[in-house]
Amino acid sequence: MSATWLARKLCVAIFLAWLVATIVFLSLHMVPGDPAELLLSTGGTSPDPYAVAELREKLGLERPLIAQYGSFLAGVLRGDLGNSLVDDYPVLQEIALRLPRTLELIAAGSLLAILVGVPAGVYAALHRGGAFDRAASWVTALLLAVPVFVVGTLLVLLFAQTLRLMPAGGFVAFSQDPAQHMKLLTLPAIAIAKGLAAVLFRMTRAAMLDALAHDYVRTARAKGLAPRRVVFVHVLRNALNPVVTVLGLHMGTLLGGTVLVEYVFNWPGMSTPLLRAVEGRDYPMVVGIVLTISVLFLLINLLVEVVHALLDPRIAHS
Amino acid sequence: MKRLWFPAGCVAFVVLVALCAPLLGLPDPIRQDVANRLAGPMAGSWLGRDEFGRDVLSRLIWGARTSLSVAFVSALTAGLVGVTLGLIGGWGRGVSAFLSVRSMDVVLCFPPILLALLVVTLLGPGAATLILVLSVLYLPGFARVTHAEVLSVRGRDYVEATRALGARSAYLLFRTVLPNIAGPILVQLSLAVAAAVVLESGLSFLGLGVVPPAPSWGLMIRGARATMEQAPLLLVWPCAALTFTILAMNLLCDALRDMLDPRTRER
Repeated sequence: MSATWLARKLCVAIFLAWLVATIVFLSLHMVPGDPAELLLSTGGTSPDPYAVAELREKLGLERPLIAQYGSFLAGVLRGDLGNSLVDDYPVLQEIALRLPRTLELIAAGSLLAILVGVPAGVYAALHRGGAFDRAASWVTALLLAVPVFVVGTLLVLLFAQTLRLMPAGGFVAFSQDPAQHMKLLTLPAIAIAKGLAAVLFRMTRAAMLDALAHDYVRTARAKGLAPRRVVFVHVLRNALNPVVTVLGLHMGTLLGGTVLVEYVFNWPGMSTPLLRAVEGRDYPMVVGIVLTISVLFLLINLLVEVVHALLDPRIAHS
Repeated sequence: MKRLWFPAGCVAFVVLVALCAPLLGLPDPIRQDVANRLAGPMAGSWLGRDEFGRDVLSRLIWGARTSLSVAFVSALTAGLVGVTLGLIGGWGRGVSAFLSVRSMDVVLCFPPILLALLVVTLLGPGAATLILVLSVLYLPGFARVTHAEVLSVRGRDYVEATRALGARSAYLLFRTVLPNIAGPILVQLSLAVAAAVVLESGLSFLGLGVVPPAPSWGLMIRGARATMEQAPLLLVWPCAALTFTILAMNLLCDALRDMLDPRTRER
């Protein structure tokens, strides 16, 4: 991986982040009509003109569009995302409090998905057509069909409500009670992992079968290498590239799924203030959170590309 | 071909039931009957009543109507606009052609549900907002697929031959190119409908999609969560209906792709 390749990728990511910020900024102005009136109107009633004037003042809507855009971008660069319209709380502070919890959920879910999906895919490919392979292909089809909030809700119904094995949801800081924290993390992580695990299983299986058919595998076997070594060093190493690509492609779904899962399990991550803000038409809060998660999405994709290039040096050189 | 019939039959069944909802003689899905709230199965309402005493079976079937109509309308809108942009982008040359496809890619920078939530903040929840958001979200898929297919087809001999016969661009595009790339577009359409059902139910579940008391599977799951302890079955029916529909649609997509997509057909 060369420095120029990395620099180019970084530039593209920064450009995309700017694009995302611009679109998020423009979203309020793309809607026909007065934005302040729009945010205050509920169900066809026209809002109080004084409140509209106040909101216009607060959002700086009186100024020319280009000036608003300039101060928005400058604010984003400084890390100032404005204040909530509801309680005047700085948006950035809310995000700083919530983001680590969301990241923890995403990390736990992805890790679980990788730990389950990849080995299962390897096993299914090595025992192609066997009982496990056939059963797993049905299970993955089912897992891909069940929406993430349905899985979450059914997990609560089964493990918390019926079997009483797990808490239905909530959050305790790790520093307060590590055991309870992990317990509360388990069900949401499973819910988040289910789709990704299914996708990873399918992709690993297909990539393994593809890699197993190559000549270098026959050569490795003919050299007398142990079957285990052939599988893990020669085949899996090559099969992992498409798997990493899929991991990146699936991140958007995963981040979106996190919003739903946090809601189902009362996990106090980014989705709590986000959903409250969407309901309360708290525009700066929504913009701040959407921007943060979208930039996070870009960063994860960049990270995936870097890992991809490390696994397959041809990518950075082409 | 054999693999196509079973999922196609399942999807056709759901669509048919949804279409026939007014003819089935079901109780009004939004009429409340508080005396019978959370009542179990009984004569006239086979699946029981929900937390407001509304008939669950009726809400399930009318809910299918809501979900499917939102999904189909938005997928078709996305398809119409996306395919047009893709045709322009693939056929024309120069900056405008390039931009007509590439500008759509900006939608892909956002996780879908977040873009949807941003729009809901601005326009408020409701079926119209949902259709708008879902159409925008699935536009790039159609534009990309059409663009790529047009590029691969435009230099083929039969296109050149038709052009040599004196056909105009519009005729070439709609009568020669479009029928030949219809397969992948149809696959894309089935994918978009399935994805739209998932996203619609998710937003409704959050209370930001279909507005109550209109029936929708997402809203039913949202409502049944609160009464999970007394009536767990209320949760199971909409979950099962949603999963069954999406599973059938996914299998249909796979079968369609195997049949229509030239890249997988040869294998």
